[in-house]
Amino acid sequence: MAVAQALEPVASPSAPSAWRVVTRRALAFLLICALLIGAWEGYKALGTATGGLIPGTTLKLPIRADDRSLPHTWRIVGSLFEPIRASDDTLLISNLLRYAAFTWFEAAVGFAMGGVIGFFLGVVFVQSELLERGLMPYVVASQAVPLLAVAPMVVIWGSQAGLPAWLAVSIIAAYLTFFPVAINTLRGLQSPDPAAIELMRSYAATPAQVLWKLRVPAALPYIFTALKISATSSVVGAIVGELPSGIQNGLGRALLTFSQYFTTGPERLFGAVLVSALVGLAFFGLVSVAELWLVPARRRLE
Amino acid sequence: MQLTDINKTFGGRGADAVQALKDINLSITSNEFVSLIGPSGCGKSTLLRLVGDLITPSAGDVRVNGKPAHEARLKREYGMVFQQATLMDWRTIRQNIELPLEVMAWSTDRRQARARQMLELVHLGEFERHFPWQLSGGMQQRVAIARALAFEPALLLMDEPFGALDEMTRERMQLEVLRIWSQTRTTVIFVTHSIPEAVFLSTRVVVMSARPGRISAIIDVDLPQPRNFETREDPRFFEKITEVREALRRDEARGVALRAATS
Repeated sequence: MAVAQALEPVASPSAPSAWRVVTRRALAFLLICALLIGAWEGYKALGTATGGLIPGTTLKLPIRADDRSLPHTWRIVGSLFEPIRASDDTLLISNLLRYAAFTWFEAAVGFAMGGVIGFFLGVVFVQSELLERGLMPYVVASQAVPLLAVAPMVVIWGSQAGLPAWLAVSIIAAYLTFFPVAINTLRGLQSPDPAAIELMRSYAATPAQVLWKLRVPAALPYIFTALKISATSSVVGAIVGELPSGIQNGLGRALLTFSQYFTTGPERLFGAVLVSALVGLAFFGLVSVAELWLVPARRRLE
Repeated sequence: MQLTDINKTFGGRGADAVQALKDINLSITSNEFVSLIGPSGCGKSTLLRLVGDLITPSAGDVRVNGKPAHEARLKREYGMVFQQATLMDWRTIRQNIELPLEVMAWSTDRRQARARQMLELVHLGEFERHFPWQLSGGMQQRVAIARALAFEPALLLMDEPFGALDEMTRERMQLEVLRIWSQTRTTVIFVTHSIPEAVFLSTRVVVMSARPGRISAIIDVDLPQPRNFETREDPRFFEKITEVREALRRDEARGVALRAATS
């Protein structure tokens, strides 16, 4: 029969390969970095030329352009490769990277806990509208409490319960992580067409089969959107969580210390900020690569 | 398949309640191809969903091969095809056809062999590794039919399966369905709002009327089998179309008269 020949498949637009996506993103990122450095140095050059005034006026620039408030970008990068003090030739960068690794570890544990809890909540909510209606307000309210108020409580309770300090920090990171994952998982699990649910019903599929063969695959793009948000916020949570926890070898402590010594070494604070941002970005990148691998191009939500 | 005194009311009790189906009695024997036709709101889709145990009747009894509809669903006696193909776009065409077989815990080898066999049946053998979005609407609908038939259900329930297709694809799909029906010998219940489609495909056409949904006529279509392009030019084909159309119109006139009398 000529039916198959008569119906040609719709031309498939070739999805860009994972590598092309990665290179394109990396190039865009570098371009934006260059622009930001340009803006920073441009502002500084302008301020130096006019003596800290907006050109043609007697108004002061909002931020002073001197080397203390706004060190040269190369000074910031350069400071990373200087010894931490005269008596110790450990480089700042090697200390910061060690802190970063520790903070990232805390963040990753928190990310995993928050991800699992968020996914679990999404699954529970999609199975029971009653639980969703009953618990969702508390889930939302949990995010209205400032993290700075939650963090000390978790640290105090954690130490009373005999948890290691880093685990308390991870719990704080999880507190930021679980929310977007729960909300997006629920949305994703609810995304299949009602006809697809009926189809599964007509196969007499068990609720677990409906979940794993239909709802979860349908939810994957939504879950990854949440995980990407969570990757960066888990690092923020870990850094904030370190402040009341007394952890000495994390980025939170480094940021606190360098901001206290801002007047004598401003570029060190900026260096620590840079490394903190890079940790968040690297984590984001890691999750994005997992997404490229697990979610086909056509199904990704941008 | 046996429907006895089926009534279905939606939306609680009292004034808000809408009676979707009233006193439906219908029996369908094995290997029949029965179309349900009627104006929108006549409950034809509701009736199909009742048979498939996707909803339960307010009163009355649905039996399939002597079993209640619920039991028949649990025994996987229904294949369903909707207006949209509802393929899973993370699965290849073959994996889509394997979905019901996975749910039914078939072994991988058996699943793959059956899926390939079904793809041959709907003439899509070379597309097994494609994804749904790479196929045209008509091809997607053929995959949906292959998926519905993969586990050899006793009853194929089709709810306006070609409603979203253009006229030419639709006519080709009708021939495909008849060919598959003659090869697999399943019983088909087919909901449509197209009179020629109902007549062309069916051994019987069930004409329904709206508000409340009732069966107003059952018309035997004794056109010769197998049906093909020539059937559409057969004078008896047109006679049957006229017969169905008149049954629908009679119904409409009665509905108008009834509403005029009650208002």
